[in-house]
Amino acid sequence: MTSRRDFLKEAATGAVILGSQSKLGIAGMLDHHTESGKSKVVVARDPQLHGTGTQPDEKRVLALLDRAIAAYTGRQNPVEAWKHIVGPSKVIGLKTNGLGGKGISTHLALVMAVSERLQQAGVKPGNIIVWDRNARDLQACGLTINTDPSRVRCFGSDVSGYEEQPVAWGSANVKLSKILTRECDMVIGLPILKDHEMSGVTFAMKNMYGVVERPFELHANGCNPGVADLNRIPVVREKVRFTIGDAISSVYQGGPSFHPEHLWYPNALIVGEDRVAVDHVAWQMIERKRAEAGVPTLEAAGRPPRYIATAADAAHGLGVNDPQRIHLMEI
Amino acid sequence: MLAAAVIAILAAAAGTGCKKHHSNPFPESGAVAGWQKTSETRVFAAKDLWQYIDGDAEQYISAGVVSTSTSDYKYQGQLEAVVDVHTMGDAAGARKILETGQTGDTKTVQLGDAGIAYAQSVIFRKGPSLVRIVAYESTPDAPQALLALAHAIEAKL
Repeated sequence: MTSRRDFLKEAATGAVILGSQSKLGIAGMLDHHTESGKSKVVVARDPQLHGTGTQPDEKRVLALLDRAIAAYTGRQNPVEAWKHIVGPSKVIGLKTNGLGGKGISTHLALVMAVSERLQQAGVKPGNIIVWDRNARDLQACGLTINTDPSRVRCFGSDVSGYEEQPVAWGSANVKLSKILTRECDMVIGLPILKDHEMSGVTFAMKNMYGVVERPFELHANGCNPGVADLNRIPVVREKVRFTIGDAISSVYQGGPSFHPEHLWYPNALIVGEDRVAVDHVAWQMIERKRAEAGVPTLEAAGRPPRYIATAADAAHGLGVNDPQRIHLMEI
Repeated sequence: MLAAAVIAILAAAAGTGCKKHHSNPFPESGAVAGWQKTSETRVFAAKDLWQYIDGDAEQYISAGVVSTSTSDYKYQGQLEAVVDVHTMGDAAGARKILETGQTGDTKTVQLGDAGIAYAQSVIFRKGPSLVRIVAYESTPDAPQALLALAHAIEAKL
């Protein structure tokens, strides 16, 4: 008989999840490879997303999400497309990023749009958990804390706590949020695209720093191999299955804090399952903007996101960073 | 009884080590025309700074930050802003952070020992203090409003 301690340890390392994945019934859609074997990444844009204001238009964000998901899944009906992504009985986590404060956090409109489509696809409101490190980060996104299971839940790891037993992979020796280990069957990452003072770029994989108790311990050497190692931890690798990256607005310099002098509006979503390919595409987007603004490349600035290549290496096998192996769909 | 209370307070102070009292640099609501202080001031020691600005904390730590205080403000009930006051170990640390953040389109302003301003932010240093004020939106009156708030903070440092 498995002791409670063993169970918690197994849950934290992902062994339980791996062993029972069929029972969990995670929808089988997530086939990020095209027929040619490439990893699919969709960049969907709407130049009118912001209209004349600083906040994006909610209806246009929903429409942009639908276009992105349709392109990714090949299904034009958004609800059918979402059914293909998630099963109705699952607890789906939406991992936002509010670290940068109100000026540069995952947009509320995107969280609402994803939550709406999930519910239309049959996911019960209480089976949707919007989460991040703590209440402050969630409130920075414009979210309200709610633990009432009759509605979409929204709370941080400051409420759930972290596993007492650390898990390790390579340089990462971390205590994971119980929201990841115990609450969610599947996590969809909703990171916001930012320049990062240490790692160069923060997006899909770096967003996972928000699931550990002491993220600063993974900052050495430009977060390399910290980011890759963290994402390689089984429970992170297996549960975080999909990224709907928020590139509605971004900072191309001065991140991860909000530096309005470096704010720009890509008006885009970057969608994919292959977190490495998603990050590679996002990185190139930042580099193009930096070149346009006359800012040195991240390599010249001494902080290229080396963790992306590390995540793609044979030891990690988290995805591909070779442009020849990425099927980029820009719509 | 009063004497006993005084003795107890003095004993407590001796036990914890009497710390130098720093003036509060954050203007109260109404102290600067149009500005309301909308949150309590939160203070982070250097070792805990990651809780506030994880990813950015290291550059402040390497420049010798001792503590960071932060508070939210609102101008005329609409424009939201945040004020961060970083207390560095010395003036050189404050200078290092200020110079790191400068870009080509920087506008210098007369604030403290040195200051710069953008459409939505003002950054200045005074002695070991490095102050950063950032508005979340760009409005026509934001630059002047931010400068007014910055001058009030400077006067309290």
